[in-house]
Parts: sequence; C-alpha cells; structure tokens
Amino acid sequence: MEKSIKRYFPIFLGPTFLAFIIGFIVPFLMGLYLSLCDFRTVTDAKFVGFSNFAKAFQDAEFLHAFLFTSAFTVVTVVLINVIAFAVAMVLTQNVPGTNIFRTTFFMPNLIGGIVLGYIWQLIFNGILARYDLALKISAKYGFWGLVIVLCWQQIGYMMIIYIAGLQSIPGDLNEAAEIDGAGAWQRLWNVTIPNMMPSITICTFLTLTNGFKLFDQNLSLTAGEPMKQTEGLALNIFNTFYARVGYQGVGQAKAVVFFILVVGLGLLQLRMTRSKEVQQ
Amino acid sequence: MKKRLLTLVLCGVMALSLAACGGGNSGGSQPADSGNSGSGGAPAASGSVYYLNFKPEQDGDWQELAKLYTQETGVEVKVQTAASGQYEATLMSEMAKTEAPTLFQVNGPVGLANWKDYCYDMSGSALAGELASDDFALMDGSSMSGIAYVIETYGIIVNTKLLGDAGYTMDDIKSFADLKKVAEDITARSGELGFAAFTSAGMDGSSDWRFKTHLANLPIYFEYEADGIGDTEAIKGTYLDNYRQIWDLYINNCTCAPTLLSAKTGDDSVAEFVTEQAVFYQNGTWAYGDVADVGEENLGMLPIYIGVGDEANQGLCTGTENYWCVNKNASPEDIQATLDFMYWCVTSDTGLEYLCSGDHMGFVIPFKGNLESSNLLVNIANDYVAKGTTSIKWCFPTMPSEEWKNVLGSALTAYAADQTDANWETVRQAFVDNWAAEKSK
Repeated sequence: MEKSIKRYFPIFLGPTFLAFIIGFIVPFLMGLYLSLCDFRTVTDAKFVGFSNFAKAFQDAEFLHAFLFTSAFTVVTVVLINVIAFAVAMVLTQNVPGTNIFRTTFFMPNLIGGIVLGYIWQLIFNGILARYDLALKISAKYGFWGLVIVLCWQQIGYMMIIYIAGLQSIPGDLNEAAEIDGAGAWQRLWNVTIPNMMPSITICTFLTLTNGFKLFDQNLSLTAGEPMKQTEGLALNIFNTFYARVGYQGVGQAKAVVFFILVVGLGLLQLRMTRSKEVQQ
Repeated sequence: MKKRLLTLVLCGVMALSLAACGGGNSGGSQPADSGNSGSGGAPAASGSVYYLNFKPEQDGDWQELAKLYTQETGVEVKVQTAASGQYEATLMSEMAKTEAPTLFQVNGPVGLANWKDYCYDMSGSALAGELASDDFALMDGSSMSGIAYVIETYGIIVNTKLLGDAGYTMDDIKSFADLKKVAEDITARSGELGFAAFTSAGMDGSSDWRFKTHLANLPIYFEYEADGIGDTEAIKGTYLDNYRQIWDLYINNCTCAPTLLSAKTGDDSVAEFVTEQAVFYQNGTWAYGDVADVGEENLGMLPIYIGVGDEANQGLCTGTENYWCVNKNASPEDIQATLDFMYWCVTSDTGLEYLCSGDHMGFVIPFKGNLESSNLLVNIANDYVAKGTTSIKWCFPTMPSEEWKNVLGSALTAYAADQTDANWETVRQAFVDNWAAEKSK
C-alpha cells in the first residue's frame, strides 16, 4: 500500500501542483517583477527599479486606506469572533432546532461578496431613504455598513469552526470543574477558552486576513465613497492600477507592500495565539 | 525510481510551457504595406480580426455584422464587448494575450497616451481616405493612431408633452435664465402637475459620467474658447460658478431629494423619464433606444445652457470619444484583415446599414458613406447645425485622467448632499488643483 502511494503520488499531486504553479506561483513571481516595471500589459514591461515604491509611499490616499482598513479589521475581528463564539456556545446547548440554525447562519457565506455588497446596498439605501439619506454620503455609514455586511457573511463560518472546537472538549473537564465548585464564568474562562485556543487561532487568523483583504464588498457597497474615505487597501490598489495612465506599476508596488504587510501581521498573530494553546 | 523522476520532470515541463504561453509576444512585427485593395468579395485572406468593442448597447449588432462579413469574405471576425465601465481593464488583460485584439479603441489624447506604443499608423490607408475630414483622425505626432468611427451629440432631452402640460414650449427656453425659470416653476407646482423638472442626477457609477464628464465639459469648453486653446496643463476654472449654477438647478429640481442622488442609477433616470415623472433628462443620441418609448412626437432636445457666451446661438454638444486603433503588434496578415474589415464596415451597403440605421447601431459616422439617420435625436442634432448654431466641442478627452473625473464626481456627490460653500470649494479643488496635479503625473 505504502509503496504504491510512493510510486503514484505524482499522478495525484501533479494536477493540483500544476494548477497551483499556474494560478499562484507564476502570477506571484510576475507580480514581484512587475512592481519594478513600467508597463501597460503584463507581458510587455520595462524595468524601472524602485521608483514605483517611492510613488506608492508618497501617496496620502494609500496611508488613509491603510488606516481605514486597520480600524475596520480591528472592529470586525473582535465582533465576528465574539459573536460567532457566543452563537456556537448557544448552539451546542441542545437547543431545539440546532441544525436548522447552524445551516441558516452558515448560508450567507455561500453567497459571493459582490452580490452581497449590492444586495446590502439596496437594503441600507432602502432604509436610509426614509430619512432622506443615502449610504454613500457619509464615511460613517459606509464603515458600519461594511462591518455589518462582513459580520453577516462570516459569523456563520467562524461559528462552525467554534462548534467543532467546542464539541471536541472532553465533557469530564467541565464536569470536574463543576464538582470543584467553579461557576459558569469560571468554567468558561478557565476550562472552555483555554481548550478552544486552536479554534481561536484559526478564526482570528481568518478574520484578520479577511479584514485586510476586503475587496468585493468594498467595491460593490461603497466603492470608496464619499471622497475615498471608505476605500480599503485592496480597493486602493485596484483603483491605482486602473485610474491613471502609467500607474499600473505603482498599483503593483502597492500590492507587494500589501502582501508583506498581511503576511507579517498574520505570522505575528499566529505566534501570539499559538503560545496560548494548551495540550489536552 | 527512474519512472518517478520522469513523471516529475514531465510535470515540470508542462507547467513551464503553459506558463511560457503568456510570455511570448515579442512585438515589433510590421506589415509590409498599409495600403489595401479594400472592399469585400476578395478570396479568404489568411488573417483574422479580433475586435474589442467598447459599446455594450451595440454588442448584438457587431456580432451580426461580424457574421455577415465572415459569410461574405471568409475572414474570421471575433467581436468581444467589455462590460460597461470595464473597457480599460479588459483591454489591459486582453492585450497581454497571444491572441490580442487586432482592433480596439481609445477615448482620445489621454487614452492614446496609454496605448500609443500599440497603435498602428493608419495614415495612407484606404480607411483614412474615407474620412469626411481629417479632424476625425487622432494623431500622435505624424502617426495616424486612431480614427473616429462615430460622432455623438448630447444635450438636455425634453419630454415636450410634459413641458406643454406645464404651460411652456421649447421656444420659451433660449438661455440659462429661461431654463432656470421654467425648472423652478415646475418644481414649485410639481404637486399639482405630478412630475418634476429633471430626472434624478444619479451619481452611481452607471450615471455619474453624465455630470463629472459631460456636464463638466461645458465650463472647460468655454474656458478653452475664451483662451483660444485646445488643451491645458493648468485649468483656471473661469466658469466654475456657472457649473455650480447648472448643478444646483439639476439637483434641486429633480425627482428626489439631493441627499439621495448618490444612490441613484442610470436606469433610475431612464425610468423616470420614460414613465413621465420628469421633463428634462441630460443625455445623448446614444440613448435614443432608451427614451423612444416616450414617442417621437414628444421628444425634443435643448442645449445645456450654463449662462455663458452667446446663448442664442448655442448648439448641442457634438464630438467623439471613440477612436478605432489597430494593434501594431498583430501579425501583418491580421493587420491587413483588420484594415479590410474596417474599410468594409464604412463603405459596403451592409456595413453602412448596420452602422447608421436606427434599427441597428444608429451612428452618425465621420465617413463619406454616412447615411441619413433614422435616430430621431440625431436628426434633432442635425437641425441645430442646420439652423446655424455653434456646436459645443467635446473637450473632455483632454481631461487629465480617470482619477480626475472620479475625484470630481465624489466632490459633486458630497456637495449635492450638503450644499455649502465649503463643499463647493472641494469641487473647485477637484476641478482646478487636481487638474494640474494629475496632468503632471
């Protein structure tokens, strides 16, 4: 058995590996190279060195987008994880109809971001129109609108991960704590949460990177209005790429900076939460 | 062990060869001669045509025309249309392919700056010889990089029946002051009349170009005229107050509260006009298909008066931002096939029928073969010219960048929601300061 796995692994691994190279590695390397180029189309580029990066860092809008995205990420990471955790707790308590609730909460995650953005735009504008207001006239509406959309989309997904985590905690731990006289809060803080750290690591990582990578919802819900005040990093990169003659390279440079930023933050977060994980 | 190695190597080779597909395109291949023998009937040439079309509303017609051309000549023509507002993005990715478009379009000098290294010099071609005037060629130095293929006109489309219901005729509006008087009177009586003066000046992406680009053309045009120039590195904003006047008039006399405009779409505007909720709708000849339901006898067009210059003789805004360009990096056979196809489109009966007839694209084309149009709005535009009015040129192809338009659009939206001097100052900055900033980038 093992021998045949050894013999045939390229057949099973090959196609996926190939797709990974074509769909990820090659574009990534091309992207790195293009960030140092002046180009119109990606196959016809002229090397110009680091001038694109200089332009990217001089761009005040890029900095604003960074601050907006950071604020957005902090808010959504906290909200999504706390709410998803709470919902998971409730739905592991043998409430009637648990499965229906789980399925329903998970469903928004199956809809694409662009569609969600437009649908929620209609909903928000429909409500705001009653007060003669619209989503795109204030950055505050845009910001909280995006928070609501992302929460609505992701809470269900994180909830499933948390439910799996909760179910894997051995029941005797809680029972023992109860017999020792621990109250509900004490059990939550000292038994459940320490045992949930692997799930928390995963969910924090996903929400953190999703917050930074926010694009579809941003594009379709607010498109950065008003006056680019709700423009996140990914949207800023997209707009830089297309809005000005000869700025494709600068957009690409921003994308490289963005990549380093997200990878750096992601690794930092993994290191921090991993260290809190306990062995059962 | 050996076999395994072989498999791995093969996998690697496959990956590399696929990756390399994207990297070809050495460029620089030049056809021998740009002159061509032209029209149809010739035996199948070896080249083929790939047209990346800009106008979604004409996609169906182009597809049919391409099929007819293939039937007639055997030359394969592929037409693909970019989604509305996505032309530049689509072009950028299509151009990177081995099978790149042989025929594409730019919107004028600014668009050409982006693509000039890809534009084949069409001077001396049979198509260039068909142009009614050399003004419709887009030159890059001495190279004829683009050729306009449609002339369009915009103004304020009027529902004359509703205007009559309000007690006015088209002749009552001869200046900005008249327009303002009529619009504000309609607004004052809108409860009793049951309609508003203007359709919503929607600032959603599907409609904001009517104001950040087309309406903004007027102050730019009048400034260019006053200064005797055709482009500038630093705009002064001489007529910005007039821009504000007309924008105020649009947003405060329309079907909805000005705070709601950021959410209104192009479709909203069309719907309001067609269902008789408003009298005035700023748009152009290309929108005839949308508004035809109002009925020919009820449609009129007014110049966009902003209170500058000789208003008695002001005409509609006429020009083009659609220039055909041929991809210089295509193979010589494909370039020849493309030039032949373009020539056929503007000279053969079938081509002209499709381009000019109101049943199809309804274009006015700047070529000698242009047919009389059955597009009512085009005929109205022709009447204005026949009356001796001065058409407003399209100066917006000289706008510095998409970025400039987008920033101006955002500023206009913010001002509409809260009409303070401070917010208009933001519009002024977006118009004047950002012009210089974007031009220098």
